Amino acid sequence: MVENDAFALLAVFLIPLGTAVLLMLVPSKERSLIIALTAASSLAMFAISLYVFLTYDFGGDQFQGVKAWDYMSNVGLLGDEGIQLKVGVDGIAAAMVLLTGIVIVPGTWVSWKIQNRMKDFFILLYILTAGVFGTFVMLDMFMWFLLYETALLPMYLLIAVWGSTRKEYGAMKLMMMLLAGSILIFTAIFAIYAEAGLGTFDMVDLYDVGFDEDFQKLYFPMVAVGCGILAAMFPFHSWSPDGHASAPTAVSMLHAGVLMKLGAFGIIRLGFQMMPEGGAFWAPALMLVGITAALYGAISALRQTDMKLMTGFSSVSHMGYVMLGLGTMNVIGWTGAVLQMFAHGVMTALFFLLIGAMYDQSHNRDIPNFSGMAKQMPIWTVFFVIAGLASLGLPGMSGFVAEVHIFIGTFRVYPVIGGLAVLTAAITATYLLRMFSQAFFGEFNPRWSELKEITIAERAGATVLAGTILFLGLWPSPWVDRISTTIAQTIPGVTL
Amino acid sequence: MTTDLLGNALNLQYELLGPEIAVAVTAALVLFADAFRRELNLGRFALPALSVVGLVVAVVLSSLWIDENKDFARLVTVDNFTTFFRFVFLIVTLVVIVGSHEYIQKHVSHPGEFYSLLLFSTVGAMLMASARDLLTAYLAIEVMSFSLYILVGMAKNDARSGEASLKYVLLGGVASAMLLYGLSFLYGVGGSTQYSEIAAALSRDTSDVQLPLVLGLALIIAGLGFKASAVPFHMWTPDAYEGAPIPITAYLSATSKAATFALLLRWFAGPLLPAIDEWQWMVAAIAVLTMVFGNLVALQQHNIKRLLAYSSIGQVGFMLMAITAVSDNTGSALLLHLTGYLITNLAVFMAVVAFYNRTGTEEISSFRGLAQTNPYLALVMTAGLFSLAGMPLLAGFLTKFILFQSVVSAGYTWLVVIALVASTVSLYYYLQVIRHMYLYEPDGDPSRWRLTPTGYLTTGVLLGGVLFVGLYAAPFYTVADRAIAPLFA
Repeated sequence: MVENDAFALLAVFLIPLGTAVLLMLVPSKERSLIIALTAASSLAMFAISLYVFLTYDFGGDQFQGVKAWDYMSNVGLLGDEGIQLKVGVDGIAAAMVLLTGIVIVPGTWVSWKIQNRMKDFFILLYILTAGVFGTFVMLDMFMWFLLYETALLPMYLLIAVWGSTRKEYGAMKLMMMLLAGSILIFTAIFAIYAEAGLGTFDMVDLYDVGFDEDFQKLYFPMVAVGCGILAAMFPFHSWSPDGHASAPTAVSMLHAGVLMKLGAFGIIRLGFQMMPEGGAFWAPALMLVGITAALYGAISALRQTDMKLMTGFSSVSHMGYVMLGLGTMNVIGWTGAVLQMFAHGVMTALFFLLIGAMYDQSHNRDIPNFSGMAKQMPIWTVFFVIAGLASLGLPGMSGFVAEVHIFIGTFRVYPVIGGLAVLTAAITATYLLRMFSQAFFGEFNPRWSELKEITIAERAGATVLAGTILFLGLWPSPWVDRISTTIAQTIPGVTL
Repeated sequence: MTTDLLGNALNLQYELLGPEIAVAVTAALVLFADAFRRELNLGRFALPALSVVGLVVAVVLSSLWIDENKDFARLVTVDNFTTFFRFVFLIVTLVVIVGSHEYIQKHVSHPGEFYSLLLFSTVGAMLMASARDLLTAYLAIEVMSFSLYILVGMAKNDARSGEASLKYVLLGGVASAMLLYGLSFLYGVGGSTQYSEIAAALSRDTSDVQLPLVLGLALIIAGLGFKASAVPFHMWTPDAYEGAPIPITAYLSATSKAATFALLLRWFAGPLLPAIDEWQWMVAAIAVLTMVFGNLVALQQHNIKRLLAYSSIGQVGFMLMAITAVSDNTGSALLLHLTGYLITNLAVFMAVVAFYNRTGTEEISSFRGLAQTNPYLALVMTAGLFSLAGMPLLAGFLTKFILFQSVVSAGYTWLVVIALVASTVSLYYYLQVIRHMYLYEPDGDPSRWRLTPTGYLTTGVLLGGVLFVGLYAAPFYTVADRAIAPLFA
């Protein structure tokens, strides 16, 4: 990446923000104009995010495309560099930018069939997207957190207005738990700034401070729990299945696909990179939390009959793998963790897209009510099976690449936990295959003979996601190269 | 050069008091114009227009003294801090008058007296920020308060208004008495009513006057705590807010608070700073109580004015943290936060005024379906409430962030943790209002309605301000920093 690619990073979060502002000016009756605008915007985001990912040079510096614009400086408690609009990505962030670009495209497409207040939906969705992109590309701690919160705020209205089932409960629970997490992150940010005494929120400068070990031990868990709530870290995961179950399709997709990764990303950015010694100290705890979540999520998923709730608990389980990978404190485990963030994001987005496509017609997501759906909706079933196989870690799919890295990393430090992780993968296979056999195959239930195959927009979206799953599964090196070099370069204390 | 009896040189440049004189003269003119309304054949826009002209003149006169530092007759200081608050108070009054003249016309019993008293109370507020002598400060407080006692009772056909006024005047009288008693202790200890001489006296060894000093400080904090509606001196606030005409509620939550904080900063960063060990714990305790109590009680409110009353109590708690950890950094952060708070709070109140003009109700449940009947007003309310809760891209996030950071940097992390929890609680009750507007169908008439032109003007400007401060607060922060500088020179 050359320095001017900073403008690409700037564009990637200004485009959704600008689209949201433009949408406010469009009359809500002009549906086709809204669709055209969001189509163009989503494709632009995808193109830029792909560009960012591909041009990230894994032989070069850790942070690339770095550029800073002054925002507030030399006033009050702020020094020369004060608060800046500072963009830049490392290999991890580049992968996350791509993930967001991939998920927003189908997320936009499937939302065009919303009838009720579509314009308002897109305004909020794109503000959320701007927050997500911004969090991945910002290197200033203030801006980072501002955009992190921006990504959370629209969730409430998105779920409460356009959601289903217990939507108000789900929305409020999600909001309150995530904001409780924000309290911890806020505290840590204030403390980091005060402790460093540099008068700047520039994270790259703060990384070099070398905080006192006791300080790190105290504040790392605050960041880990604060961001961990968003990553559905056990035992703070309870908002996530409820939230996913009640959210509208595109929001579930973005939420499980991208927002939860924001939490894990925060643990890396603000936790491990800022306070590596604190991270090393708490790593075993993180592993323990991770494996508990993985097992607990998988076992809970076994018991679910609502497809969305099952996927929600499956997400808890898969995010547990991420924590497990981060806790290994070796390059291979970490690479697995970041790969898992990416792989799970794409796969869950595909799950929610498909469940939403079916639920819009049937208004039913109870697995026992379905049978032989492969006859009625063959294309839908094919995509669903691809997502499922990726989820259970079939070789050749994205999930396998990620999980195998995590397992190897885990076996290097705690073989027992590694064994439990493999057991989790087996449970995952159980609940998914059982659902397949129950809902997709066997005798066709004539109650569903009215259901139509998924629409062109949904097929196109599903193809993008399924293609990514296979691409990453068959040729993971573009990801592995970027992620593992960044990890080796940047996280002191992480060994091979 | 004139001197006083003790031989101190006095500077009698009356143009230093230009803005105060302009506003006071306007207030008198408004009274006259009102008395001879028929003879002069005045339309219904005459009084508000006259007030606006006077205020604009005062704004221009204030701008003459930017970056000056002079005093008038050892009673009033005109420095950047004074100028900052002159601008703040004048603009608040301007906004209140422009945004609610329609309401005043319909729901206030004596419009002429109303405008006149509003202007007088603005004069009092401006003098509170600029006084450099305890007696001047006390008189300024009383000028502001007495006008407000009457204004609170001026709502037409509303028994709550008279009750609110009576409560406010009785409790306000007690608070003033406490304050005056505290000031007399301070005079006894410091030997002067001049801020600079009290500061010098308290810098020397005060161990032999420890008891009167602490007693005086406690009484002063109680008195000012009442004016700022800090817990446990907040009892009058919800009733006064609920009973008062809505523009006065807005004014109470804006000018009356800001003036009290101007005074707190003048005193606690000036004459009382040497005695910080004696008062710091008291202010910290009150700050904690105020944040926690204000935000918890707000959870149970059904009336939007009462909700905003408790929410403003909670906000006072956040601001008191900055007084606890007073320094130039926390001071400028406090002024920045105050600016953001005033803009946001006025935006919400002006939206409530517009809503009340149309519906005549203040119940939170009556906001149902506002997103359908008036999406613009719903947007203003939502932006304002989210900003009060400290949500990103809006003024509240940035100003709270800077305020909290400055308090943590001053070593009070524990206070900020409590503030963060309280702030999160506050989002819950703000969301209740937002929920009514967006999630439900309107109860009554579902047709769209519009605001008056001045309603659009004020809410639009304030909404713009909320967004501007949220997105780019650097100019405001710079101004706040320059305003606080003279206190720590």
